[in-house]
Order: sequence, then C-alpha cells, then structure tokens
Amino acid sequence: MLRAQSSEWAVEATDLVKDFGDTRAVDGVSLAVPTGSIYGLLGPNGAGKTTTLRILLGIIDPSSGSRRVLGHDRPIEAASDIGYLPEERGLYPAMHCRDAIAFMGALRGLSLGEGRKRADTLLEEHGLAEWAGKPIRTLSKGMAQTVQLLGTIVHKPRLIVLDEPFAGLDAINQARLEELIRTEARGGVTVIFSTHVIAHAERLCERIAIIAKGKVAFEGAVDEARATLRPIVRLRTRSADGPWRDAIPADARQQGAEWIFELPPSGPEPLLKALIDGGAGIETLAIERPGLHDAFVAIAGPKAAAAMSQETPQ
Amino acid sequence: MTRLLRSAWVIGRRDFTATVFSKAFIFFLLGPLFPVLLGALFGGIGARVASQAEQPRIAVVAPHAVFEQLASARDRLGQAMNDRPTIQLVEVAPQGNADVQADDLLKSSRHSVVAVLTGGLDKPHLTGAIEPDGSIAGQVQLLVGQARAAGSSAPALAVTATEKSSGSVDRSRSITAQMGQMILFFLTIILAGMTLSQLIEEKSNKVIEVLAAAVPIEAIFVGKLFAMLAASIVGIVVWVSAGVAAVSMFMSGGAGSIPTPAVGSIPFLILTVIYFAMNYLLLGSVFLSIGAQASTVREVQTLSMPATVAQVLIFGFAALAIGSPDSPMAIAGALFPLSSPLVMVARAAERPELWPHLVALVWQAIWIGLVVAGSARLFRRTVLKSGPVKRRWWRRSPA
Repeated sequence: MLRAQSSEWAVEATDLVKDFGDTRAVDGVSLAVPTGSIYGLLGPNGAGKTTTLRILLGIIDPSSGSRRVLGHDRPIEAASDIGYLPEERGLYPAMHCRDAIAFMGALRGLSLGEGRKRADTLLEEHGLAEWAGKPIRTLSKGMAQTVQLLGTIVHKPRLIVLDEPFAGLDAINQARLEELIRTEARGGVTVIFSTHVIAHAERLCERIAIIAKGKVAFEGAVDEARATLRPIVRLRTRSADGPWRDAIPADARQQGAEWIFELPPSGPEPLLKALIDGGAGIETLAIERPGLHDAFVAIAGPKAAAAMSQETPQ
Repeated sequence: MTRLLRSAWVIGRRDFTATVFSKAFIFFLLGPLFPVLLGALFGGIGARVASQAEQPRIAVVAPHAVFEQLASARDRLGQAMNDRPTIQLVEVAPQGNADVQADDLLKSSRHSVVAVLTGGLDKPHLTGAIEPDGSIAGQVQLLVGQARAAGSSAPALAVTATEKSSGSVDRSRSITAQMGQMILFFLTIILAGMTLSQLIEEKSNKVIEVLAAAVPIEAIFVGKLFAMLAASIVGIVVWVSAGVAAVSMFMSGGAGSIPTPAVGSIPFLILTVIYFAMNYLLLGSVFLSIGAQASTVREVQTLSMPATVAQVLIFGFAALAIGSPDSPMAIAGALFPLSSPLVMVARAAERPELWPHLVALVWQAIWIGLVVAGSARLFRRTVLKSGPVKRRWWRRSPA
C-alpha cells in the first residue's frame, strides 16, 4: 500500500459541523495538527471533543466541513497508520492479553504472528509479561487500560489519537502514560489527545485546541494561549502608600501585604522605575507567566473552567 | 474491496474462534439432543399413560375355550392395527346369575373393567358404562365376529412385498422435505439470534468503536455475518456426522434405510447447507440491522419480535409447498426471497431436477447482495450512534 507523503500537517480540519437531530455537537471546528507534535484537545465533558475525534478518524461523517488525515481525505484509508484509544475502553473480556493486542494490530494490518511477538515485547516493557496468557477479565481496570493502550501502538502508527487517556488511571500510571506519549513523539509520531485535565496538556502539548460548546475557542501553541493573558506581577513594598501607587493599575488587588496585578503593556522597566522613583521600597517583585489554566479561564470562560475542575479534583 | 475483505476476514476469524472455542458452543452442539431427549422422555411417559388410559378392560364371563377364541381374535386384530391400543380382555369364569355377576364385576375395583361381556359367542351381551355405537362396543363386535369365523375357511391372503411404491416414496420424501424446512428454520432463527446477541455484547463492552475506527463498518457487518455462518456449518457437520453414526448404529440397514430425497442424498445435503447459508444470510442481515438500532437487550427483544413473527409466518407459507412443489403457491414461495430457501429445500426432497435450484440460487444470491448491502448501510448509519438522538417510536417517553 502506498503511504501518503509526510507533510507539515498530520491532521487538518476545516469548518467541521456535526448535528445529531436538532443538537449541534460540533460547530465549525477547524484545527491543524503539525506532524510529530503532541496536540491536546481541551474542554469540559460534552464540549464536542469525542465527536471531533470520531469525525477526524472517520468513525462518523461530519454533517459538513472537511478533514484530511495523514494525507487522506478518507481517514479509513490511513487506518493502518493510526492508533486510536477511545474514551470508553473496549476489549473482549475472554480474550488473552497477548491476543487482544495482536488482534488490535491485525485490525490495522499487522499479521497475527507479528502482533503476538510485539505484544510480548510491549507487555514485558510495561511490566505485564506474566499476564500475557491471561484473559482480560482477570486484569484490574488500570492494567486493562494499559493493554488497550499497547494495542493502540502495537502496529507502530504514525498518528496516535487518545480520547481521555488519563481517565481512570492512578498517578503512577498517568506518569507512565505521559512518558509513553513523549517517547512516541520523540520517535516522530504525532499524538492527539483529548483531556479535561489542563495539567496534562500543559506538561505535554506543544499545541492545543480549546473546545467549548462544540466550538473552537482557541487553537494554537500553548505559549500563544498563555500569551492571551498578560504576565502577573506580585509586589511587596515597605511603604504602604505614596506616589508609587500611581504606577500600579487601578484594578490591582491586595492579598495581605501583596499587590497582584497584570503587567502594564509598557513592560517591566517603566514599572520598576516608577516604583523606585515613587518610593515604594520594593521588598519583593515577581513577574509570573500565566499558566494554561489561567489562559483557559480567560478563553473558555469561568463556567467551562469550573466544569473542568468539577470533573477532575486533581 | 481487498481492504474490505481483509478486514472482514480479521473480524470474522476472531468471531469464529471466539464462538467455536467457547463453552457455549458445546451447548449449541448439544442443542439438538435436548428436543430428542425430551421427546423420548415425554413420549415414553405419554405412551405409558396412553396405553393405560386408552386400553379399556372388558371382563369376559365365558368358559375358557370361548375366552381363548376371543383373545386369539383380539391378538389378530391388534397385529393388523400395528399394535395400536385395543381393548384388553379379562377372563372371568361364569358363576350363577350372569346379570348379577356382571353387576358385581362392574362395581368391583379388583378388575377395574369398563364393561362385561356375557352370553358367549352365540348371544353376546355387553353391559357397562359405554356407548352402544362407540369404539368399545365396535371392537367387541369385531372380536365376536372374528372368533365366530375362526373356524370357517377364509381364503388366505397372498402378499407380494415390493421395496417401494410411488405412494410410499412420496410420503417419505414429504417427511424429508418437512424436516429440511424445519431444520433450516430453527437453525436460522437460533443463529440470527446468536449473532444479534454478540453484536449487543460488543456494543455494550464498547469494542465496536475500536473496530469502527480501524476497519470499514461494512467489514464488521460482513465479518460477523460470515463468522456465525461458518460456526453454524461446523455445527451442521457435527450434527450430520453424529446423526449418520447414530442411524448406522441403531437402525437396521444403516444410513441406507433413510428415505432418499429426490435429488439424491449427497446433492440434497449440499443443497440443504447452501439453502441454509442463503436463508441465514438473508435473515442474519436483517437481524444485524436491527441490532445496530438497539443498544440494550430489551430494545433488541422489542425490535426483533416482529421479525421473528414474520419469519414464523414465512415458514408457514413455505410449508404449503410440501407435497405440491409445482403448485402456484410453491412457485410464489420460491420467488419470494425470504421464503425461497425454505421452499427450495423442500423441492429438493420431492423433485429430482437440479436446474430449478441453480435458478433459485442465482435469484437468492441477487437478493442477498441487495439485502446485505442495504443492511450494511443501515448498520453503518446507526451502529455508532453518538450524542442525543431523535426519539424513536419504540422508546417510551420518560415518566
């Protein structure tokens, strides 16, 4: 089979719309995933992340709009180069772990024999070698999830799509999964994952799309998302009042002895000069880059952010 | 197309091995034994009850020689009637007044008789709780007649036995046709139901999304359909082999004693398997499409009920062709796609020509192509319903 030429974008989607009856689940989603990058889809449950991923993978067709995956307009044609871990994990309970991984590889064009060999290697690498010949139903939830993840990568795909991959994993397995994602990306594989845990996206992603109510509220590099907010200044002074107060914005808020405000557009130098000249007596001054969470709140709105934090207590 | 077939092969191979190497398949193979065992068990009990209930006892108050004549006549009558239930005779020696003795015998629980025959062969008189024109009185009349004629010289009946006659062959072939239809019908219904259960299981354990992301949905449909067909053919091979072995062991004349269908035993067997495949592919496609609409077992039961009832009606319609395979009804049944395999398997038992089967198979194959393609399209549209869906007429409104 001829493989499509590698290009700058592993996945491109333009104005994707998906209607289920009277409900519009995806409303004009456009995104571009660079080849070899780790890309995050952020948004609360019901935002349209899973539907967007299903459209990108060709599991369902969009009501309108277009997508191109690994150079193919019909994603199913690139199926042998794609690995997909759905949000709702699915394995045959009676199937042995080795066979389950090999079967998932066979679905993507790998021979069963080769699939079994690779399954043994992967299970060994992930500390599950002794479970290779045991049925899935005897595994814990976390172990079964790992087996499915191994089935997702057994055929060495060029694009891995993971829908809420961290859900249901303990902290140790979450860290393992993060490392696995980084390893795959280092090998040139493009990884797209959806999550409602901002911390994972912040640690892993180069680019993100923030989806809320079926629409893309932001799409671009993580730094660009952060750049939508101005840096935060935390200031502690010896002097309680004086002319220096004119140098800080009117909406600055006081938290104990600390003043917190956005860095003025003129930048840090004029601020510092004004504070010194105004006799503030600077005790401490920190300029903090805003986190992705702050950017998410600013972009998606406090309601979406509240929904995300309710879903994940982490 | 290559990709579709390769993917269908992967899906089908998994489903086939999962089915054939499961414990449930052993029960599936043993399935036909249960009706046989139940039939034997209840048949035996029924026969015993029937033999007790349907063989009324008649007390014969007569000298021993007269009783012997009557008993001998009863044996001859029983033999001619192929041991069907006839009256039983109980010998009672005459004592004093015949009417009083008869009255005593009817009241006595020792003999438990329904009637008492007095008066010997010359003046036979039957007393008891019986109808004058009923079966018991009729049988006693025959026995008395036989006993009286035993001494006369009735001409002996010369019998020349032939191996078969048109009447006997037609009868046995009708039975074969009926059996063929029943096997096809029940096997198809069972297998279509099993395929449906598997699909629902996959939908409930979410494997379907993994499959749908990796292979064309049509491949899932075709793979599942053919996997169950292959599993059922394994079942048929086992059953036929076991059946032939059982017949060879327990029936005199072995497998050769089974009535030969009109097209011949081997062609009939091959045609039965092919017609089963056709019937299953038609019905299995419909059932899989139904399974794609439903997400719970309850929904499946609700949705598959009309299809099952329709299939029973079609089975009844196809049964009309038995005994008259060239009648307009039989031809209509052969033309209607859903009844065609059932009608044609019956025809194979009753008519020797092979060409109608070739025509019918082409006709059925066309319909299978149409039904499978249509069902696969419907399956694709509905198997992975996501998000809120329009309320369907079968779903009740929330209370």
